[in-house]
Amino acid sequence: MAQVVVVTSGKGGVGKTTSTAALGAALAQMGKRVAIIDFDVGLRNLDLVMGAERRVVYDLINVAQGDAKLAQALIRDKRLNTLYLLAASQTRDKDALSEKGVERVIGELKAQFDWVICDSPAGIERGATLAMRHADVAVIVTNPEVSSVRDSDRIIGLLDSKTVKAVKGERVDKHLLLTRYDPARAGRGDMLTVDDVLEILSIPLLGIIPESREILRASNVGAPVTLNNPACEPARAYCEAAKRLSGEDIFMTIPSKPNLLTKLFGRRAA
Amino acid sequence: MNLLRFFSFARAARAQTAPAARERLQILLTHERSSGSQPDLVAILREEILAVVGKHVKIDPDAVEVRVERGKDISTLEIEVEVPVVAAARPAAAPVHASSTAVRKKHAHKKRRRAA
Repeated sequence: MAQVVVVTSGKGGVGKTTSTAALGAALAQMGKRVAIIDFDVGLRNLDLVMGAERRVVYDLINVAQGDAKLAQALIRDKRLNTLYLLAASQTRDKDALSEKGVERVIGELKAQFDWVICDSPAGIERGATLAMRHADVAVIVTNPEVSSVRDSDRIIGLLDSKTVKAVKGERVDKHLLLTRYDPARAGRGDMLTVDDVLEILSIPLLGIIPESREILRASNVGAPVTLNNPACEPARAYCEAAKRLSGEDIFMTIPSKPNLLTKLFGRRAA
Repeated sequence: MNLLRFFSFARAARAQTAPAARERLQILLTHERSSGSQPDLVAILREEILAVVGKHVKIDPDAVEVRVERGKDISTLEIEVEVPVVAAARPAAAPVHASSTAVRKKHAHKKRRRAA
């Protein structure tokens, strides 16, 4: 039976879609059957980041409303044959998504996949609460910045009250994914450190994704960063995060300030 | 050598900002977590306190000032109500000497920690 993961943050622009694509691809690269679902109805983007924007025929709302079969709507990734995408609707209103419909779609996906990863829209409205509703595990994407940390705290509160698990008195497994981390700025005291964010939010750390030009390069060409350049720092960080998500115990390396030598020669290696 | 000293001086002179971010967040989130079940506490307190005061003296709603200061261990809620002498003078009431009376109320939030 699949694990249902919600990738959420409250704040927009922190890297939810990038992280959903990268974690989904990393898990599929490990041989797992993975479905990634875009819950951002009206503002879909996961299809674009995955490079599947021209292959969307049916979407989540079509399946939730019974207008299309799940098998018709799932888009198989061209690079990884165990990775599937369920796109959001671009034209419909988010109110078109019913709770019953979502429950049925998630149920069907759970029967076919090892991992079901829900890419939540920003905010705390209907789309975000529906995305987290059936989650077993939550990945809370946070930037080391005050407004992102505050919104993450708010989302943690919602995960503890609005999910099916919370209503049943169980706990959603919550993990912090710190993105856009700049060790040099944190070292200078101009950015919250990993420890600062961990202490404030007090949830376990899944991974630290360093700020990197590779993220934009990957989305430019419509590929998850773990596929586009597997050797680069953020790709390796996402792969390690995916392994931790599946229960592997991997030592966490906190990115340190690059020294002069890696500054001069590191780029060629990456 | 001089140049090196200048750079290290310039770096020290620009104060670190991350500690400020950290402290502001810690205070804010302590409050937001504890008031999660009652987000409008300040508004409720304001209305009820003013209703009590208004029962006894006539209040001009524009002459009411509400201030909240959220601190690390204690928060203060200040409500200042201006009570004009003429409006306040009722037949049975004791004479009011001051032109205004301040009603102040302190409210301490309890700290709450979320289980790790």
